[in-house]
Amino acid sequence: MTISGREPRLFPHRHLLGIEGLSPDDILQLLDMAEEAVEVSRQVEKKKTTLRGRTQINLFFEASTRTQASFELAGKRLGADVMNMSVASSSIKKGETLIDTAMTLNAMRPDLIVVRHHAAGAVGLLARKVDCSVINAGDGAHEHPTQALLDALTIRRAKGRIRGLVVAICGDILHSRVARSNLILLNALGADVRVIGPTTLLPPGIENMGARVFTRMRDGLKDADIVMMLRLQRERMNGSFVPSVKEYFHYFGLDREKLSVAKPDALVMHPGPMNRGVEIASDIADGAQSLIREQVEMGVAVRMAVLEALSRHLPNGEGR
Amino acid sequence: MVSHRPVLIINAHLVDPETGREEAGALAVENGVIREWGHAIDASAPPEGALVIDAKGRVLAPGLVDLRAFVGEPGAEHRESLASASRAAAAGGVTTVVCMPDTNPPIDDPAVVDYIIRRARDTAGVRLIPSAALTKGLHGKEMTEFGLLGAAGAVFFTDGARSVSNAQVMRRALTYARDFDALIVHHVEEPSLSQDGVMNEGELSSRLGLPGIPKEAETIMLERDLALVRLTGARYHAAMISCAESLSIIARAKDEGLPITCGVSINNLALNENDIGSYRTFLKLSPPLRGEDDRKAMIEGVASGLIDVIVSDHNPQDVEAKRQPFIECADGAIGLETMLSVALRLVHNGDLKLPQLFRALAMKPADILGLQQGRLRKGAPADLILFDPDEPFVLDPESLHSRCKNTPFDGSRLQGRVHMTMVDGRIVQES
Repeated sequence: MTISGREPRLFPHRHLLGIEGLSPDDILQLLDMAEEAVEVSRQVEKKKTTLRGRTQINLFFEASTRTQASFELAGKRLGADVMNMSVASSSIKKGETLIDTAMTLNAMRPDLIVVRHHAAGAVGLLARKVDCSVINAGDGAHEHPTQALLDALTIRRAKGRIRGLVVAICGDILHSRVARSNLILLNALGADVRVIGPTTLLPPGIENMGARVFTRMRDGLKDADIVMMLRLQRERMNGSFVPSVKEYFHYFGLDREKLSVAKPDALVMHPGPMNRGVEIASDIADGAQSLIREQVEMGVAVRMAVLEALSRHLPNGEGR
Repeated sequence: MVSHRPVLIINAHLVDPETGREEAGALAVENGVIREWGHAIDASAPPEGALVIDAKGRVLAPGLVDLRAFVGEPGAEHRESLASASRAAAAGGVTTVVCMPDTNPPIDDPAVVDYIIRRARDTAGVRLIPSAALTKGLHGKEMTEFGLLGAAGAVFFTDGARSVSNAQVMRRALTYARDFDALIVHHVEEPSLSQDGVMNEGELSSRLGLPGIPKEAETIMLERDLALVRLTGARYHAAMISCAESLSIIARAKDEGLPITCGVSINNLALNENDIGSYRTFLKLSPPLRGEDDRKAMIEGVASGLIDVIVSDHNPQDVEAKRQPFIECADGAIGLETMLSVALRLVHNGDLKLPQLFRALAMKPADILGLQQGRLRKGAPADLILFDPDEPFVLDPESLHSRCKNTPFDGSRLQGRVHMTMVDGRIVQES
């Protein structure tokens, strides 16, 4: 029995390393499964048995309270034994390489490994060295697929569709894996995607990656249905990429005035953690148009869906 | 010294980059030098006691002269020793190799130059010759002893894979070098633009989420250097260029008559950024692999002679240095042993003729070093190779002689194998 209860189309991938490589069908399947998981999570009895007896390791080379907690809850609600490992503080300091860490963990026979790493491609590298399923929980500036999936689920639930919506992704696109995964996913599902930011924070060639590029918020936000804000890292605020927090907020921070050019029913998103007063004004973050809390809830649901979809490929899973 | 036995190589397909001649014939070696060659040589009457080699129609050409190889001796012999580099070179048909100075200690002292020359004499079959550091400790701050280092046998001055970012230091080095007629070889990359990058900057780097290196890192440094050459009149060689824009800069400078030459890495002729695929670390190189248009421009540059030399940029890295995420792993690929086979692709698909290729692989680099080798010339040292340009094989990294196996051509189908390498009239490798 799957969460969705319907005839399962087998999710054809062993790992989830990125949105790149997923078909629109794969994405929709995960979103549909996640819808069901939302219901599970809202019940008093939140426990499923899909992953009973399975071991899930959350291997975080980069600290992240919320993503790690979200994956942990998702695994536990499906009945898995979940172990959290923060490698930033252990082996790497002893000089162990990523691949050695992967092989060591692999020998402990986990079924699923959720990995976050600060280097682009590192999760894919690790996936080639282990026998279990690997989920990318963010690799450098490359991809963060479950974030894009949870964003899509949030949008779909709020707007009833994704196709044809104008989605503006704003801020530090250059360093953002969230932006890359969202660009690919939203394009695959037919949204009209824009990116807005100062050119110092836009990746070269972004115009060929399925986005219209704007450098002024008022132009880019015009008639937008969804405004997706990105976090600006503190070390990039003081003259290296933008001159100051003050100037950045003035031109690129989302406040009521800038939001007013978007559609009246536009909704605001942020992957968190937010820098209030840097990229987003507090009243917008907490206001009626904000979907930020829903995003967190959808995060658990999407991760349950991903874990379940991949579990079918595990030895003795339904797919074998 | 052991006396030289005369050698007569018959039934050869002779290729000479100097005259552009390609013809069937024979070549005679006496006392370690080429005595004569051509179709007119009487192959039926070898000199008494001569070793007669039947080339069976294979190509007989000058041995390759590689201006750029990183060897770990002294200090990193686990990566490559002079002996292992020599075996790799001999197997690849490279008869002269210039070693980069970034050893440990670096080659910035005449005693180290002397050490390399003596160790190479004792342990290497091919000619391994040292370059010396351009600045002390390769720190980019103070120039080295060009006079004494040159007298000890350093063939040119370079900071290897590092660029000298301080223009005043470079200006003084070029000015001083001119008095000694010393050659300055420079890695052209403006460090402030390239330091965070790990691959060519563009759409692909954006998709992979990797920080890019813009072409301007190269062109800005190249333009600066050429302005300083104009100012000082020193002899200058841009170690490796990678993009079409640099080629136009070189063309203008050569038109102007500046005393400059430039090189290209075999990797930038054979590969482009797409070969990085899903973060293949063996393709993390400096300069980075560029787009296909730039690769084609580099080939045209070699064909027209604007690019003087092809280098292997041989850079052995051990497994640990490459088994890392792309952004964190070391730069570099080995190339001594595969340079010829890979370069022959350009002949096989019609981009270059054999004499053109050997101009860039042998003759021009020999000219830059002031050596007579690199061509089939009467009286020149008999540094020669015999190879079958068509023989196909799949590259097995384990079969390579280098101590490190970081080849980007791992598993590639290649054509062209060296059957004999001769240095100074003596066979150093045969298969």
